[in-house]
Amino acid sequence: MAPLLEISDLSHNFGGLAAISDFSLAVEAGELVGLIGPNGAGKTTVFNLITGVFRLAQGRILFLGEDISTWPSHRITAAGIARTFQNIRLFKNLSALDNVRLGAFAQHRYHLFDALRRSRAFTEEERRLTRRAWELLERFQLSHYADTLARQLPYGEQRRLEMARALISGPRLLLLDEPAAGMNHSEAEDLIRIIREVKEEFHLTILLIEHQMRVVLNLCQRVTVLDFGCTIAAGPPQEIQHHPAVLAAYLGRDGYLAEEKPDAAAPA
Amino acid sequence: MAWLLPDTGLLNPYVVQILMYVGINMILTLALNLVNGYMGEFSVGHAGFMGIGAYIAAILTVAVLPRTVSAWCFPAVLLVGGLAAAAAGLIVAYPSFRTRGDYLAIVTLAFNMIVKSVLENIDALGGPRGYLGMPRLTNLFWVAAWVLITLIALRNLVQSNFGRGIMAIREDEVAANLTSVDTRRLKLYAFLISAFFTGVAGGLYAHLLQFINPRSFSILKSTDMLVMVYLGGVGSLTGSLLGAAIFTVLLELLRFLGIWRWVVGPLLLVLLMIFRPQGLMGFKEARWLRPARWLVSS
Repeated sequence: MAPLLEISDLSHNFGGLAAISDFSLAVEAGELVGLIGPNGAGKTTVFNLITGVFRLAQGRILFLGEDISTWPSHRITAAGIARTFQNIRLFKNLSALDNVRLGAFAQHRYHLFDALRRSRAFTEEERRLTRRAWELLERFQLSHYADTLARQLPYGEQRRLEMARALISGPRLLLLDEPAAGMNHSEAEDLIRIIREVKEEFHLTILLIEHQMRVVLNLCQRVTVLDFGCTIAAGPPQEIQHHPAVLAAYLGRDGYLAEEKPDAAAPA
Repeated sequence: MAWLLPDTGLLNPYVVQILMYVGINMILTLALNLVNGYMGEFSVGHAGFMGIGAYIAAILTVAVLPRTVSAWCFPAVLLVGGLAAAAAGLIVAYPSFRTRGDYLAIVTLAFNMIVKSVLENIDALGGPRGYLGMPRLTNLFWVAAWVLITLIALRNLVQSNFGRGIMAIREDEVAANLTSVDTRRLKLYAFLISAFFTGVAGGLYAHLLQFINPRSFSILKSTDMLVMVYLGGVGSLTGSLLGAAIFTVLLELLRFLGIWRWVVGPLLLVLLMIFRPQGLMGFKEARWLRPARWLVSS
């Protein structure tokens, strides 16, 4: 079977500076793949290329067998690729409920005139959408924040709200950009649990960018390591953490991970 | 019309006249608030749309339709004026795909100036002298009806998926695209709808004053609209109604100031930006304009 997402020979420059060179990655349905690397390695650039934020200069991206390389962002998202952001990007002055409902924007089945005159199609669809949004809010323990503006939510709740917004459309592939950023140990543990649960519940395939090694080692079945836009290693996390190139580029020459106890580093 | 109103003596022709101005300004403010408040773009050229609506509607009743039927066709005349303005809205929407903020403001400013100069240079429309001969078809009933239509249509819009998408553009356009919002299409819709109602207001204005000239639709008119939007509060329907009512009545009460009256608007804008940038009702609604319960509860 063809992979869910197939990226081949992706390259991208920022004014002559190679941000990504010859990047290839195939993700099978149901996998949880990690994308790691030091700061500025080009991880978020890969996400931005997949989701159409940047126009593709070179390479090809297939999703569900279709070439999405030239599609605009909203179409890519509507096709089933949802994402969250490294520095949370909620609609700050809209309520949590509206934020979640916006995640399903492409799925409403009424036209502009239905909305303007509040036709039956509008009423039914809006009811259905609102019910679904409440389910998501409840799933992420956010229902008592439904009327609250997104910017007034605590940090952890904002992270969960971003997930709820990404998941309401029922995506096939979820791109998580440093979901554990700014979290302490126990919050990160919670997050790992949530990601695992959500992956099962929503039948997701997940591509994850992460800095916290603990999260990657605990969650990912497979890891790709980027440095200066190039893939320097790929494989199961327990192999990756001993890979000399990775230790040199990412973990530093001393390789603090190698000192961690093997049981803490055991893959999921 | 007279038979509709109780003869209290309160509604003397002068008061009715003011009420009609209030109504027309309410339509203008509601329409502009969609683009500047809800979508967070910055149009400073909406008087251009108003001018197009006014001239098209006026041409229809003066030169196209026979006098005897024009009164019957008035709603259709306003509609055509609005549609013409909406077509112009389409043209302004395109630059908004690529430019935002200051740059789009300059584009809309240029649009306003183009409309005014074009009108000034068409001799058949009286050029800078203006256009007259319209029957006085605008009355309190039509004004009130259009205020209501505009208010309901915009309330329905901003409380729908489309409206949420338009607000998402204001909040974070990139994130909006990445939550599957087709921002280009929504910008088109917002400009179309906003320009349409502005054009209708222009038609009402032309058939109230029975005389229009290009200067009535200059950047000064656009400034008035901006003052009403920011006075009432961005992103608020209640605010639009309030802003239009207060500003119109205030200008009327300040007639004794003579020409200095025109300082009030810009001065008000400066003071607002300094002391209360969110306006009276920024992002807030009166209870009766908030989303109904079924729209927000599970």
